[in-house]
Amino acid sequence: MSASPSGPSVTALPGDLSEQMIGTDWWTDQLVQAAGIPIVDVPFVSIGGGIGSFVTVDYLRIAGVPVEQIRVLSNIDHPWQTYEYLTRVSQIPRPERIRSDSASRPDNIWGFPSYAVEEAWRDKSIKPLLNVFLEPMWADFYTPRAGMVFQNLEREAKRIRYWDMLVKGQVRMIRRRQGGGYFTILTPPEGAAPTKRVAFRSHYVHCAIGYPGLKYLPDLQDFRTKMQDFHHIVAAYEDHEHVYNHMRTRPGTVLIRGGGIVASRVLARLMDDREKYGLQTQIVHLFRTFISGSHGKNAWNRRKGGNGFAYQGFNYPKSVWGGQLKSKMRRLEGEARAKAYDEMGGTNTPWRRNWQGQMNKGRSEGWYQLLSGTVDHMSVAPDGRIVSTVKTTNGVFDIPADFVIDCTGLEADIAEHRVLADLLQHSGAGRNPKGRLDVERSFELRGAASAPGAIYASGSPTLGGYFPGVDTFLGLQVAAQEITDDLTRRGFAKKLGPGRSTSQWLKWARNKQI
Amino acid sequence: MLPTLNGRIQTRIFLLATIGSLVTLIMAAILPADGAPLRIKYQDAFVVLAAVAVLGIVWECIYHFLMQWRWEKDWPTFFGFITFLNEGIVVYLLARNGVIPGIYGRGADVPLVPFWFFWLDFLAVWIVVWLVANGPMRVPFLHWRFFGGRLV
Repeated sequence: MSASPSGPSVTALPGDLSEQMIGTDWWTDQLVQAAGIPIVDVPFVSIGGGIGSFVTVDYLRIAGVPVEQIRVLSNIDHPWQTYEYLTRVSQIPRPERIRSDSASRPDNIWGFPSYAVEEAWRDKSIKPLLNVFLEPMWADFYTPRAGMVFQNLEREAKRIRYWDMLVKGQVRMIRRRQGGGYFTILTPPEGAAPTKRVAFRSHYVHCAIGYPGLKYLPDLQDFRTKMQDFHHIVAAYEDHEHVYNHMRTRPGTVLIRGGGIVASRVLARLMDDREKYGLQTQIVHLFRTFISGSHGKNAWNRRKGGNGFAYQGFNYPKSVWGGQLKSKMRRLEGEARAKAYDEMGGTNTPWRRNWQGQMNKGRSEGWYQLLSGTVDHMSVAPDGRIVSTVKTTNGVFDIPADFVIDCTGLEADIAEHRVLADLLQHSGAGRNPKGRLDVERSFELRGAASAPGAIYASGSPTLGGYFPGVDTFLGLQVAAQEITDDLTRRGFAKKLGPGRSTSQWLKWARNKQI
Repeated sequence: MLPTLNGRIQTRIFLLATIGSLVTLIMAAILPADGAPLRIKYQDAFVVLAAVAVLGIVWECIYHFLMQWRWEKDWPTFFGFITFLNEGIVVYLLARNGVIPGIYGRGADVPLVPFWFFWLDFLAVWIVVWLVANGPMRVPFLHWRFFGGRLV
């Protein structure tokens, strides 16, 4: 979730940041007190309050850390709020399936029973079990329905008393404290506190602020801003239901840009609507990098692809979450690691039987066209349609469309986020070979220690580290486990050995509150 | 679980030694074996179990090699199951032809390990171990799935 500047207060409240505080890297208790900012003591603070905070706090609670020792600072009410918004607008409402495997359960640190087992049990059906037995050769990867994921998260949040740990507000910055630990400055919602800011003084900080922000394709953003047109040119991660509604009222053309899962989702929605309502929607799909077949550096590293897309079940090759690739990446440094990221990276989407069927039909009937190239510029035709002038290897073409949907899902630089920018500037945090936050194997933020305290980060801002699948459910759990293990070594959490793990799982299974 | 070579071997040995032994203890007791006494049945069944573990180290190297052709470097659940065929046939032939030491011999006209005794015992062990590896194993061993199936 990205931070937005807090709105101006009607009346100036006391207890605001002083100029001296803003300019000082290491704060003393006196400095904070002198500014009139109240100090709250709590050993562990997690910033973000999304799935990343949730799975980390879940791990810590299971590792015996009491509710009183943890605070989650967030501007959202429940951990799946941002995720649900983004999945919904990008065409995964609750009944649809997300792109996550059966054992990636953010509500269950063990991943057992898996989603497939639960679905089989709930629906009294053997189908999900057969699916995981036969995947990926004879069935598409099993993936859970978004609704089931959210329901289960709610159950687990209640069980670990998540809302007793949640403090609402906007985090402004984290600074190291002289004498050890950190200060995290929170701007509470208006009327919630007598001062403008509250300082959380903690030994440990966990930073899970999620995607620093969305970045649009520069040509699209320029055009949008210049023409002030946010109606015909939309990003898939924005609410764009009006596009589908419009297409139901009269035939038209939609230009899709991007070749990842979001493009597939948007495409599927357009094709589903076409089928369901008998529409005449024309779809033009523009790929910047057009994949026409299997690709890779040698016979041992060949990814499937075709018709523009690179195909892969999940956003990284599966073994980055626990197998050979995880183990390999853990040992790579610097340039070698960046190179390995490039080799297995790139935009990709799962090969799903029903999508393939729909796309084949669209291509053969001529209403789904593929294009490989880049947009040179955009203009408005006399009839009001948006014309994209596309440079391809076969020449330059004008593609008129009623709507353009940007599905490229580019992410902004980490410094676009105020909290991260502050960490880079004042707290010794640095960048990894991929330009994001540099973390240790334990997910401790390198260079930002404040002994005996430590600051950790997980999620998308840490991509490029020793573990690649950071911005996924399972990746957040891998990070949470590493962080918990590190905190166990520091004496803050209990060891999750076979005894504790089993007894805690039994509590989970009985939904016993801890 | 997404295995590394080391993790594969560790998981196999651990699960056969624990869950495998338990299943063998039960199966060998209840399965008939041409009227052989319990002591003989146990000896044969446990020698077979040990053979599956030892030969398994070679098999795991082969599986690991085959896995290198997979882009995802994964080992689907189905593969973990269906490999009972190649492994079972090899162990059965070796046991039956007296290649595996320690199998109780009963002369040239009586098979060393009766067909049904071998296969029912072997399959029971295989299926239970496979099921445990695909889920319950994660309950006591929280780190296991993130470290390629390694236990130490």
